[in-house]
Amino acid sequence: MVSLEHYLLMSATLFIIGIFGIFVNRKNIIIILMSIEIILMAVNINLVAFSSFMNDLVGQVFTLFVLTVAAAEAAIGLAILVCFYRSKGSILVDDVNMMKG
Amino acid sequence: MLLIDISFYVFSTVILSSALLVVVSRNPVHSVLWLILMFLSCAGLFVLLGAEFVAMLLVIVYVGAVAVLFLFVVMMLDIDFGSLRSEFARYMPIAGLICIILLMELSLVFGVWQTAESAEQARAVITPDLSQVQNTAALGHVIYSKYIYLFQTAGLILLVAMIGAIVLTVRDRPNIKRQDVLSQIYRDPKEQLKIIDVESGKGL
Repeated sequence: MVSLEHYLLMSATLFIIGIFGIFVNRKNIIIILMSIEIILMAVNINLVAFSSFMNDLVGQVFTLFVLTVAAAEAAIGLAILVCFYRSKGSILVDDVNMMKG
Repeated sequence: MLLIDISFYVFSTVILSSALLVVVSRNPVHSVLWLILMFLSCAGLFVLLGAEFVAMLLVIVYVGAVAVLFLFVVMMLDIDFGSLRSEFARYMPIAGLICIILLMELSLVFGVWQTAESAEQARAVITPDLSQVQNTAALGHVIYSKYIYLFQTAGLILLVAMIGAIVLTVRDRPNIKRQDVLSQIYRDPKEQLKIIDVESGKGL
C-alpha cells in the first residue's frame, strides 16, 4: 500500500534532482530555469499528497497558486533571456555582469 | 499489489528518470521534451491522488504553455550549447556530494514521523465526499468563496507577468516603414492633389 511517505520521499528526490540540475548546469540558464520548474513541481506533489491524505482541499488550492507563480516566473525569465541574448549574443551566466551596482 | 500501487511506482520512476534526463541531457531540446514527459507523469500522479482538476490544469498550463514556451525559446536562440557544458564534469562531484547529503537529511523523516492529534481539527477545508461533489466543483466552491482575494491576486500576478514579458521583448526598430493611420486621416486632398489642364500636343 502506497502511503504518504512514499509520495514525500519521491518528491524529496525530485527536489534534489532540481537542485542537482542548478549545480551542474551553472552556465546554462535555460536548464537552470527548467530545474526551477522541477523544484516547484516537487513542492506541488508534496502539497497535493498532503491534501489527499489529510482530506484537506486547501493543499490543492495552494497548488493552483504555485502553478500561477511558476508560469509567471517562466514567462518573465524567458523574456529576460531573449532580451539578454539580443544585447549580448550569448546566454552565458558569467556574462550577466552589466549592472555593476 | 494493487493497480494503484503499480501505477504509483510506474509514474514515480518515469518522473524521476525524466527529471534526471532533463538535467543531464546534452541537447536542450531533448531536455524540454523530457520536461514535458515529467509534467505528464506528474499529472498522472495527481489523478492517482484524487486531484483531477490540478492534473488537467497541469496538462494545459505546463505542457500546453510553459513547455512550449521553453521549446520556442530554445529553438529560437542560436547558441552553441556544447560550450555551455564545458564545466559539467568539474561541478559533478561536489554537486553529487551536496545532493546526497540533502537527500539523506530529507529522508530522515521517512517512517519516524507521526501526525499530531490536533491535525484533524486544524484542517481548513475538509474535502467533501467524492460521491456527492466532484473534485472540480469542490475546488471551485473553495476558490471562489474563501480564497477569492488570493485568486484575484493570482490573476493580477499573471497580468503583470504578461505586461512585463511584452515590455521586455518588444523592439522598436527605427528605420522601418510602418503605416501611420493618423497622418493618413489628417491628409488634406487640397494640398496633395493638383489638377492641371494640359493642352493637347504640348505636355507639361
